[in-house]
Amino acid sequence: MSAVRLAGVALAFAAHLALAQVPPDLAFEQRLKRLEGDLRCLVCQNQTLADSSAPLAEDLRREVRSLAVAGKSDDEIRAYLVARYGDFVLYRPPVKGTTWVLWFGPFALLGLGALVWLVVVRRRRVTPEPVHDGDASVRARELIDGKSSG
Amino acid sequence: MNATAAPRRNLLIWGPLALFGILAAFLFVGLFRDPREVPSPLVDRPAPAFTLATLHAPGKVVSTSDYKGQVWLLNVWASWCVSCRVEHPLLMELAKANVVPIVGLDYKDKDPEAKAWLEQHGNPYALSVVDADGRVGIDWGVYGVPETFVVDKAGIIRYKHIGPVTVEALQKTILPLVQKLKVS
Repeated sequence: MSAVRLAGVALAFAAHLALAQVPPDLAFEQRLKRLEGDLRCLVCQNQTLADSSAPLAEDLRREVRSLAVAGKSDDEIRAYLVARYGDFVLYRPPVKGTTWVLWFGPFALLGLGALVWLVVVRRRRVTPEPVHDGDASVRARELIDGKSSG
Repeated sequence: MNATAAPRRNLLIWGPLALFGILAAFLFVGLFRDPREVPSPLVDRPAPAFTLATLHAPGKVVSTSDYKGQVWLLNVWASWCVSCRVEHPLLMELAKANVVPIVGLDYKDKDPEAKAWLEQHGNPYALSVVDADGRVGIDWGVYGVPETFVVDKAGIIRYKHIGPVTVEALQKTILPLVQKLKVS
């Protein structure tokens, strides 16, 4: 094998290596991971799309990836899934009429609790002074001093 | 106890009780709901269009637009789907009654197995279309086979049944709806 030929083979091999080792787009993978972590798998409902190994989750991950590769934004991908599966696919449901109680109910209950607590505390603070019964105290004083009132 | 204190005391007693009642009512209703039944946003929306090869004549393609002007059912099934066997006898009866065409969406299945399955159990479908990679299933929001959709003459999805069709669902909901849509 001539030196030129050897160099050619080496060059081809190097090019092959360079092509084979295209570094994976880390930012893109992280973005997908984050997005899939926010989406619910409908088959095993308490798992995210990222965690689930259900066949449907695999299909949906493939779909999410191809949409992302096609340049769709996170919001567009979410909208795509919501149009097919409803708000239930979102682990973070949107704030709207039907989800008001879900979002703000706990705070309303907390407020109500605080109100009850305030009322109770205030009521305790204004417990009336012991009634001062003039006659009774005079009698008590007399009893202590050892005088008979009779 | 003076006069103004009485209503206040009533509120203190009945208020928490009412709150408890509301909570209990919510939880009670929740007991009888199936968390696997997620309402589909596609109901009352146009059926997602597809153009797919048919199972028995791979050269022939069928699209949703072919069914414009008639009421039809789309039943998502597969040979690997165990609960499809539960609803199968009902679908056979429905097909025999000849009230509404049932289009089968053979979901993520292998053609030979699907054909064998239909030969073994009977074929209630006007035709079955093949959704090998499940893409059309995703468009229709399918997440649990079997699923059954009622599509009206204008191509709008009117109802979605998740899981095996039951006698009750058929008689109380699906058939009356089909009759209503047919005359409208």
